[in-house]
Amino acid sequence: MQHNVLNDLRTVVKRKPDKIAFSNGTDSLTFAELDRRRNGVGSYIAGCGIRKKPVVVFMRKSPAEVAAFFGVITAGCCYVPIDEEMPAARIQLILDNVRSPLVICDDHTMEVARSFELGEGKAVLYSDIADTPVDEPLLEDIYRHAIDTDPIYIVFTSGSTGIPKGVAACHRSVLDYVEQLSEALDFNEDTVFGSQTPLYFDACLKELYPTLKFGATTYLIPKELFSLPVNLVEYLNQYKINTICWVVSALTMVSAFDTFSVVKPAYLHTVAFGSEVFPMKQFRRWREALPNAVFTNLYGPTEGTGMCCFYRVDRELADGEPIPIGKPFPNREVLLLNSDGQLAGPGEEGEICIRGTAVTLGYYNDPERTRQAYVQNPLQSAYPELIYKTGDIGKYNADGDLVFVSRKDYQIKHMGHRIELGEIEVSANMLPDVRMAACIYDTNRKKIVLFYTGDLTPAEITVQLKTKLPRYMLPGKTVQLDMLPFTANGKIDRVALKKQYEGA
Amino acid sequence: MEELLSILNDRHPDIDFTTREHLIDEAVLDSMDIVSMVQEIAETFDVTITARDIKPENFNSAKALYALIQRLQDEE
Repeated sequence: MQHNVLNDLRTVVKRKPDKIAFSNGTDSLTFAELDRRRNGVGSYIAGCGIRKKPVVVFMRKSPAEVAAFFGVITAGCCYVPIDEEMPAARIQLILDNVRSPLVICDDHTMEVARSFELGEGKAVLYSDIADTPVDEPLLEDIYRHAIDTDPIYIVFTSGSTGIPKGVAACHRSVLDYVEQLSEALDFNEDTVFGSQTPLYFDACLKELYPTLKFGATTYLIPKELFSLPVNLVEYLNQYKINTICWVVSALTMVSAFDTFSVVKPAYLHTVAFGSEVFPMKQFRRWREALPNAVFTNLYGPTEGTGMCCFYRVDRELADGEPIPIGKPFPNREVLLLNSDGQLAGPGEEGEICIRGTAVTLGYYNDPERTRQAYVQNPLQSAYPELIYKTGDIGKYNADGDLVFVSRKDYQIKHMGHRIELGEIEVSANMLPDVRMAACIYDTNRKKIVLFYTGDLTPAEITVQLKTKLPRYMLPGKTVQLDMLPFTANGKIDRVALKKQYEGA
Repeated sequence: MEELLSILNDRHPDIDFTTREHLIDEAVLDSMDIVSMVQEIAETFDVTITARDIKPENFNSAKALYALIQRLQDEE
């Protein structure tokens, strides 16, 4: 049985040393080069005496960043990806949480990294450490002592209190996920992935680890192409990309502009998409353009290691019918729990809870919030068993497939990103001269709308929020009000705000 | 032009769109902005923006974007 996510790399490098593993079109790494660099990075970290510690990777999305991730795991540590798209204040919160002894940077990020308070930690350049002479006995010793419940990454997600939460996942969860996902989507050695998602979320697991498992190839698609639909499809064709797992907004961007009348993906046979509602009109355009491709809806929270459920779209869906979430992958179970903590009956709504190896280790250095979401399975009390409560409300349809209904709280999905509206409100409320702030989400226009009372202009608010929030969390519209509406028990009345906004 | 500026200012009230000429090259607008704006522009101006129109030179300034809208309106 495998116990280390890099076991596959050790095997595949012998079989296909010269095949391209990761590329963005300009820079590429073959399996042999990837293996050399991750061993270099690993030897450097281990040589510093750093072990079982979080190591921050602060690089642009590139094959080198992937090698840095694997290098960190090689040293028996876990990687914490951060990105220049994150505002400085947020990065500092993450650094304060993980207290990493090392921050691995590239030429673009080194200067920014030096401006942070790193405590005992130091910033190093990837290019300076990737060629470190490989200390084989040391790395072999680390490999043999690795335990599959050790964390391999910590990724940070939005938290309603304004402090992001670091989800830590271990070898075993990732190995299991990669196994099940590969089976469901039929990945193999001829798979050519076109990766869309940033590397600082768990979404990139879908490409990173199956590439090692099968000796496949992943193209890390340059971000700019996602505003240029024709060029994007031409890129897919240029590199013969046949498999994509993208957020819905990236897919609809292509179909909505009628890109397919100009150019069609010529090699694409597997299309997976996740976590957001796929507008039926756009979905049908994709199906018409690629009648022979397999389309699969994926669902899962970061806390459940990547994706948890899948639904292969194998029938015509009615106009208003949402694409179901489907069924869990093997070796994990969804417990749909009603408000009494009992399993919901047919057609009854309940909270989607996840049970099994897929449940991650918890929020790093955050026992309180971990306890709130990772709880004892209420269906048995005979032995300790944690399940993860997603906060998503779902129900089963007539076919027995799970369907997403709504959220329990103010978490939204915006352009593929998971966002707590509360985090935006907290950030706005912290600004001097803002008396009170509240957020709603305009689902039709896909816009976050911030309302506030206070003496700042919307422009001044935006300028300041840009230093606190990642770009994808910035309000699409900021509205100053004389006063906010309140409910009878003194809470901000978001329903009234929404009505007021839609009526305007 | 007023309507277009208000669409742009909704997203970035801190940017003076009457003077900036490299909105894409300087990453003032990103792909999310473009996707959501195109939808709003289509509704507001009753034009169809297609994949061919989505290139940096049409989005680098408010002026260029307005010219695109007018061109599309004339065609219809």
